[in-house]
Amino acid sequence: MTPASSTFSDTAPLAAAQPAAALPRLLAGIPPHGAMTLEEHLAIHDPPPLLRGHGKKHDRQRGAALIDEIERSGLLGRGGAAFPTATKMRAVAGARGRAIVVVNGAEGEPASLKDRTLLETLPHLVLDGAILAAHAVGGEEVIVCVCESAGAGFEGIAQAIEERRSDPACVAFERSAKVHLTRVPGHYVAGQESALVNHLGGGPALPTFTPPMPFEQGVRRRPTLVSNVETLAHVSLIARHGAPWFRQLGTPSQPGSALVTLSGPVGHPGVYEIEHGASLVSLIDAAGGTTARPRGVLVGGYAGAWIGGERLRGVALSNEHLAPHGASLGAGVVLLLSEQACPVAETARVARWLAGQSAHQCGPCVHGLDALATTIEEIAGGIAQARVEQRIEQLARLVRRRGACNHPDGAVNLILSALDTFQTEFADHARHGPCDGCTRRPELPLPLAPVSSEAVER
Amino acid sequence: MSHHVRVNPISCEAHGMCAELLPERITLDEWGYPLVDETPLQGSQVEHAIRAARACPTFALLVERERARARS
Repeated sequence: MTPASSTFSDTAPLAAAQPAAALPRLLAGIPPHGAMTLEEHLAIHDPPPLLRGHGKKHDRQRGAALIDEIERSGLLGRGGAAFPTATKMRAVAGARGRAIVVVNGAEGEPASLKDRTLLETLPHLVLDGAILAAHAVGGEEVIVCVCESAGAGFEGIAQAIEERRSDPACVAFERSAKVHLTRVPGHYVAGQESALVNHLGGGPALPTFTPPMPFEQGVRRRPTLVSNVETLAHVSLIARHGAPWFRQLGTPSQPGSALVTLSGPVGHPGVYEIEHGASLVSLIDAAGGTTARPRGVLVGGYAGAWIGGERLRGVALSNEHLAPHGASLGAGVVLLLSEQACPVAETARVARWLAGQSAHQCGPCVHGLDALATTIEEIAGGIAQARVEQRIEQLARLVRRRGACNHPDGAVNLILSALDTFQTEFADHARHGPCDGCTRRPELPLPLAPVSSEAVER
Repeated sequence: MSHHVRVNPISCEAHGMCAELLPERITLDEWGYPLVDETPLQGSQVEHAIRAARACPTFALLVERERARARS
């Protein structure tokens, strides 16, 4: 197998040694404040390989070679679904019509900061990946979508786009590709692929009924590659260094490094780059250790799953290691809950928020999530009806797989996982009502303001 | 060529006509939304399903030919 660098890199200095396979990769040279400039970026990463400008036939071959390389790298999408990136790219490249690349920076997960961190501090890495992806799938148009609440993220990427316009090497790299920047509403489901496509077509940022999937018929009915910000940053490094380099970190089924957002009672909460399969303990240590005994850890965000504090030591951060715990890494959210917090009150609060984040389009999601939130609130208040467990199971069955998007399924997963992990606490509340921890300040982060209907309807 | 029924949950407004016309495949949940058996339709069921789909006031009931099911 030929490494990517010799397949299509004309611009990268041949003598440049392969960068160390170790960490940090994405976060190499991350500036303490503001965005990395184009100059700094190129000093750290070398220029990206040129896919265009060698004649139509060769350009196509180079595009296909990059998709092959990404397939060999085993890169999985980092927006939460862990779908193979090359499969998606190939579907878009094979669909009829000029493709569009949508950079998904909606990041509606309240505890996730990694995408806005990349946009704010390392925008050129993301833009390199987006342009490479556009060229590889035969597109000329890139639309960068940034969550409206990510103020500095928007500034960072906006500045970077401007900076590249006046750089001859960048103009040559980007060729005829055009990069647009747009804000998207901050509600939870706005980042669903079909919701983004709907929004970019002038509609509300709400999921639509699929098929057609965005790769067949997306923005302006063109085949559309919707890809997470971090995924595209990895694409830009795989294009530079090749699949074997990428696979030197991570596990065989989930290669490479990943950004995680660690929060809760740790010394330095924030965004960290880890190797897939790294232990949770090593991540916590890197963040200065815990500042309170953890009662549990939520992995994968508010569509994710809880792991009880007593099992924390054995947790490794890759989907194959997390599967036995019923969890997956999702978009990389790792959230510790302290011993003092009440998991029942916290779950009730998040369940109510998730019900409110329903797009209110599908009946089972609207009614089911509301009923689930009410049931959890009743348990927390010690006024649960008889046979409450059966009622929750019944509601879970009525909600799962009955929405146009995965929001109801994710909410159900979180609630069931909380009930399972904190069995004792739930049973205790059902019998005796609120505990001392119930009145404490809530720990699990939720956006301050509820999403206005205006934001949804635009 | 096998057919199956599917509901567009966004269009569905819980009128419940489908459960009246295709009870062998569709029941209603506690809020009036259809619970659908999506396995392939047998023989004359296809005809009944098409009739039910036509009767849906919001055209939310779909009779589809087998295709790869995909969710975003």
